[in-house]
Amino acid sequence: MIVEEEQTNKKNSRRQFLKKGLLAGAAVAASGGMLKAYSEKTGGESGEKVKVMTTNGEVMEVDKAMLKLPRVSIEEAHLGIPGKKFVMVIDLGKCKNARKCVEGCQKAHHLPKSQEFMKVYLLQDSEKTSPYWFPKPCFHCDNPLCVSVCPVGATFKRTDGIVLIDNNRCIGCKFCMTGCPYSTRVFAWKHYPEFDEDKQPYSPEASSPGKEGTVSKCDFCPDLIRVGKVPYCVSSCPMGVIYFGDVDEDTVTNGTETFQFSELIRDRAGYRYLEVLGTRPCVYYLPPVDRQFPVDRGFNDLDESVKNRYLNTPYAQKHKL
Amino acid sequence: MENNEKQLLKEFAPQIERTGVQGYIWILFLLSVIGLGVFAFIQQVTKGHVVTGMRDNVVWGIYIVNFIFFMGVSYAGALISGTLHLFRTAWRKPVIRMAEFITIISLLIGPCYILLCIGRLDKLHYLILHGRIQSPITWDVIAISTDIFGCLIFLYLAVLRDLANMRDFEELQLPKWRKKLYRVLALGYTGTEDQKKRLDRATNIMATMVIAIAIIVYSVLAWIFSVTLQPGWHSTIFGPYFVIAAVYSGSAVLIVAMWFFRKVYHLEQYITKKHFISVGVIMLVLAAFFGYFTFSDYLTKWYGSEKNDELLIQLLFKEFYWPFIISNYVGVLLPLLVVGIAKLRTITNITLTAVVVIIALWLNRYLIVIPTLQSPYLPIQDSRPEWSIYSSTWVEWSLTAAGVALFCLLFTIASKFIPIVTVSGNVQETKPEDVLI
Repeated sequence: MIVEEEQTNKKNSRRQFLKKGLLAGAAVAASGGMLKAYSEKTGGESGEKVKVMTTNGEVMEVDKAMLKLPRVSIEEAHLGIPGKKFVMVIDLGKCKNARKCVEGCQKAHHLPKSQEFMKVYLLQDSEKTSPYWFPKPCFHCDNPLCVSVCPVGATFKRTDGIVLIDNNRCIGCKFCMTGCPYSTRVFAWKHYPEFDEDKQPYSPEASSPGKEGTVSKCDFCPDLIRVGKVPYCVSSCPMGVIYFGDVDEDTVTNGTETFQFSELIRDRAGYRYLEVLGTRPCVYYLPPVDRQFPVDRGFNDLDESVKNRYLNTPYAQKHKL
Repeated sequence: MENNEKQLLKEFAPQIERTGVQGYIWILFLLSVIGLGVFAFIQQVTKGHVVTGMRDNVVWGIYIVNFIFFMGVSYAGALISGTLHLFRTAWRKPVIRMAEFITIISLLIGPCYILLCIGRLDKLHYLILHGRIQSPITWDVIAISTDIFGCLIFLYLAVLRDLANMRDFEELQLPKWRKKLYRVLALGYTGTEDQKKRLDRATNIMATMVIAIAIIVYSVLAWIFSVTLQPGWHSTIFGPYFVIAAVYSGSAVLIVAMWFFRKVYHLEQYITKKHFISVGVIMLVLAAFFGYFTFSDYLTKWYGSEKNDELLIQLLFKEFYWPFIISNYVGVLLPLLVVGIAKLRTITNITLTAVVVIIALWLNRYLIVIPTLQSPYLPIQDSRPEWSIYSSTWVEWSLTAAGVALFCLLFTIASKFIPIVTVSGNVQETKPEDVLI
């Protein structure tokens, strides 16, 4: 099911992607019948109607409450989606630090401003090399140190490659945060009011509602994947920087374009960040070549507080930004 | 009970029977510091960890530093008293009980600090319920609980003779319940040949065990850091380095405790300059080892200069310049000079050096934990200064002070319960002469 608000030109490719079967099974679950059953279960209609499109291309009107994604139980969340192995590809040549991925993710996961599952860094590998914007989700490593060091099994690796956190289990020792070499994880230092916005029951697949004193992080949005959608960061990005897909199906899409994953990595010299650490990430980067924007475009339209983040970088200091 | 023991007990009777006005003021002071800590703890529980200086980058602050520190101090007893006992070092008698008390008291306080780092204390039992043996924290839970258990047994065996002495010493003016307590705790020990033999054997076994357990516990503690990939932590030397630093800090705390009890309980006759020099020499040897390990660790990081190690060392020599100098230069060289040069070897000098060593080692742990967390692989890009640079808040300092106060309080209470100097002379001395000097 796809919300109609999205641009029409995205529809076809997305549908194609879905047909390729990212979620053959979940597509059924996403059909209207299931939605209706779900809304009955969770109780009540909001009265507000929204137009949505099913995977068959039919437009239908549903109650807004039905748009809430169904959430699987904690036990189910441990298993992973059968026969899948998810992968993300981020094209650094296209990123202009629009921060829509960050905002979209925060809104969907009911996060306060101070918690970012997706972070955008301004990196410059060495003095003479070119600076670039570097969106960084969780890498969902195949050799995840965070999972190894967790004393209670609160963070786990699933069969589909996704690393999740069970906030009901997490004791908040923060060992995983020191274990992760990519500063991916965030801690709820207090109870944030945003947590209360989410009225649905907690599921590790939604990473929401957040819990004070526990760790959380980017989850690759398995609740969205189950209903045939791509993660929020992918759909929020205006530039189509982020691609998401399945390694076994060898397909990745950013919602507009779909590529063969192996070809994309081969032709564009895809690489993984800090390969030397041996964590074997599931997120690949395409080098920042053939830039669509100059780096300083990333400083446009930023909040003062966000802009200040980058003032200590060698690039900002050199250009007196 | 032998006559000389009776003589000794008589001398110690006043400190056990009565507490003077000064004593009460001291206890009241300690209690108020602990009270402040309790208040800070309530703040942290009700308002969340946001009241501390810890944030997403520096996720562990001075709580972890205190944890490592107190665990380290606990080795004063485990390794020092264990070793002294096994080698039958003649001069150990007056100081060994202090070492044992230091061990057990700091071992009870240390783990409390790790609890302060935990976001959900309500789920603490998950460590047992859902424990995963793959996690170094589980290793730590097993090791520390074994250590506490082992040290308690060792301490109990070590005081058993004196508990029996207290029971048999009728002139002691104490309330009935305390006399009864001694009777129960003495376990019917009367000093028959058979009992002596069994007790000696058990003490020897526990002394050996405690040394081994202590090494394991501190190595596991070090591995919590070194199994991660963080620059500065991912080091093979950390296990032995932590063990040495621990015993080193323990020897310094022992010297300060000796000075303190000598002064307060007028033990000049029993704890002499000789004892200060003996423990001082232990401290000197450990200082040399500690310096060597520190040097090896930083030399390899600096010489090979991997990018992130280089950034870390830059940080240490810039933002952390003075702590670095105090902990890794002054903290190593001062004992070498003061104990090494015969002229400088006075009780006051050795004690002051020990105080400097304690501060230096606390700073050393601070420099291991915080700068690494402030220089991760991906540079910290945050406009909020408190999220990129750690600075501890009053809550953390209050709880640190409360830990020190609790240490002093428990020590004071322990010294009121049993003589702070071993009274029983039943352990056979194989070497009447000093081993170390």
